[in-house]
Amino acid sequence: MFFTQNPEDNLAINDRQKELLEEEVDETEEQFYYATQWQLMWWNFRKHRLAVGCGILILFMYLMVLVPEFIAPYEPSTRNRRYANAPPQRVRLVSDQGFHFRPFVYDLTQEIDPETLQRNYVLDKSTIKPIRFFVRGVDYKLWGLIPSNIHLFGVDDGMLFLFGTDRLGRDMFTRVIYAARISMSIGLIGVFLSFVLGLTLGGISGYLGGRVDNIIQRIMEIIRSFPQIPLWMALSAAIPPHWSPVRTYFAITVILSVIGWTNLARQVRSKIISLKNEDFVVAAQLSGTSETRIVTRHLIPSFMSHIIAVITLAIPTMILAETSLSFLGIGLRPPVVSWGVLLQQSQNLYALTQAPWLMIPGLFVVVYVLAFSFLGDGLRDAADPYGGMKR
Amino acid sequence: MLRFIIERLLTMIPILIVISIISFAIIQLPPGDYLTTYIIQLEASGDSVSQSEIEGLKQRYGLGQPMHVQYFKWISGVVVGDFGYSFEWNQPVNTLIWERLGLTLVVSISSLLLTWIVAFPIGVYSAVRQHSPGDYIATFVGFLGLSIPNFMLALILMYGGYRLFGMSIGGLFSPEFVDASWSWAKFVNMLSHLWIPMVVVGTAGTAGMIRIMRNNLLDELGKQYVVTARAKGLSTVKLIFKYPLRLALIPFVSTVGWLLPQLISGSAVVSVVLNLPTAGPLLLRALLGQDMYLAGSFTFLLATLTVIGTFISDLLLAAVDPRITYD
Repeated sequence: MFFTQNPEDNLAINDRQKELLEEEVDETEEQFYYATQWQLMWWNFRKHRLAVGCGILILFMYLMVLVPEFIAPYEPSTRNRRYANAPPQRVRLVSDQGFHFRPFVYDLTQEIDPETLQRNYVLDKSTIKPIRFFVRGVDYKLWGLIPSNIHLFGVDDGMLFLFGTDRLGRDMFTRVIYAARISMSIGLIGVFLSFVLGLTLGGISGYLGGRVDNIIQRIMEIIRSFPQIPLWMALSAAIPPHWSPVRTYFAITVILSVIGWTNLARQVRSKIISLKNEDFVVAAQLSGTSETRIVTRHLIPSFMSHIIAVITLAIPTMILAETSLSFLGIGLRPPVVSWGVLLQQSQNLYALTQAPWLMIPGLFVVVYVLAFSFLGDGLRDAADPYGGMKR
Repeated sequence: MLRFIIERLLTMIPILIVISIISFAIIQLPPGDYLTTYIIQLEASGDSVSQSEIEGLKQRYGLGQPMHVQYFKWISGVVVGDFGYSFEWNQPVNTLIWERLGLTLVVSISSLLLTWIVAFPIGVYSAVRQHSPGDYIATFVGFLGLSIPNFMLALILMYGGYRLFGMSIGGLFSPEFVDASWSWAKFVNMLSHLWIPMVVVGTAGTAGMIRIMRNNLLDELGKQYVVTARAKGLSTVKLIFKYPLRLALIPFVSTVGWLLPQLISGSAVVSVVLNLPTAGPLLLRALLGQDMYLAGSFTFLLATLTVIGTFISDLLLAAVDPRITYD
């Protein structure tokens, strides 16, 4: 509601104040009636604190993956033989010498257990390695253009493994950041493709109706009756292993969207069917507006808000699918790193018990998907601008 | 009603035919096939493999002939219950799949039951006590359940199980029962292992169902007949159970149609992680090894199960909601 105060509750106040209050109410009410659909949506959305927060978080994550070279202290494929399966280093502020203003880590040294002959890492408490920001490190070219060697954080000498390393001694934090770029973009591209397919086919199906509608409906029914994951598995297993990583990446995206578009098409179709007979559309038809104009000018804008919400909710599904496929080893393949590819290392119980930090990429999947779900939920509520504001 | 069932059954036939074609096409996609490799292997090993045996195999599966000929050879076998031959296992597909499909159904249906048993009361509670702390907790846990990939949950449970009990909790049977024939003891043993896949596979579905139940019931609770009933002084419990709950149940029932395929799908990945003797791991292996008849038959049968699931949900829907017309 827009009223912060109800004038009727303020019987004790004088007339002048009452007048002022009423004016204020009139203004907000006027705003409500003159606001465009998008403004109403925005006002509605703003009230969803959680959804707004999640939107900001997602934006932040995407900004981060724009510059992975800068955020990550190392390169994703650099192997550090001396630090295989190293546990995450804890960032500390207090040492034996007292409190430090600059966060630091202890160096790790390897010891071999004389009895079990297992390698263990112990903290070398004699060396304090302060974490510095904007340090110079590995050379890279940002977006292939700007040469630089400045990294967001790092230590002067020695290594810094915030999330530990894998069995080849590759820094997990670096790999998670680089993987985020692949995982987070595959969701967007996949959803974009299924959006184009869904909008076109769903639109045609709903608007034309009749036989075309029937055929498209049957096709969708057949695709939907396949259990998704086995179908995904079958299709991705068919990607030739000799394809380049980039080609595999696009093939996977296409596979995900070929199956994913049906849901969107269904939504578009039902929206168009319900809108087709609305007065404003009939009026446009009667005044001789061309069909293309009706669709692009009247129909699409009316259900766009709803579609945006549906799309937002479709992105997590894509991510989960890609993660599952890569985890099984039939999605993206190394050297391309995605969260699913990283999780593949934790597939067996032995690896899991030896290096539980290999599950960290999963945490990122959960956070990302959760954020998108809340954002989508908020958008869906806001997409019906007149629904929540009945008085 | 009978006519509705028959008509619905008839529409399944063309869908199944198309599904079988797609299943077959998919397994034909990868270049090369197992049979060729198999024959080369046979020849290379220098065993006394006769030319006639190779010819027999080629003849039997239409190798080297156009795709549609191969398809008809396969599908005419399927119709009489012969799903072809697994070259990797050196066994007819029939002996490999049925027990695994059965166990897939056991896992999926028990997850479905768990989903309902858990989601129903929580959904009702969330709707009736909207905006209460309990509702918020349920909503949050629900979203969390939707966001955790199934296999992650399986990994976490496996890790937790190992840390707590010091043993691997994968599999569906204890080692001594794996190869045993079916008996009461084996069945009981299975039940004691079943809960982990049940929980893992059921979580995402449960979360979705809670949302659906909550939203449906909330819609109903806002309607005028509920207000009238309240005004008449009907007790809250009676009021909710008498009408709104029944109406809210309709979409709940119809979700079997999409929940069952989702569960079958979900169990495929989970089974690989938890090493369950269900369809998932075998299908994955067959797909990777291009064991075409095994992979194709599995894909086809899983899709068939899905179509049947949709059919059952349509029937249930028609039974629950008398407003559905049968034409």
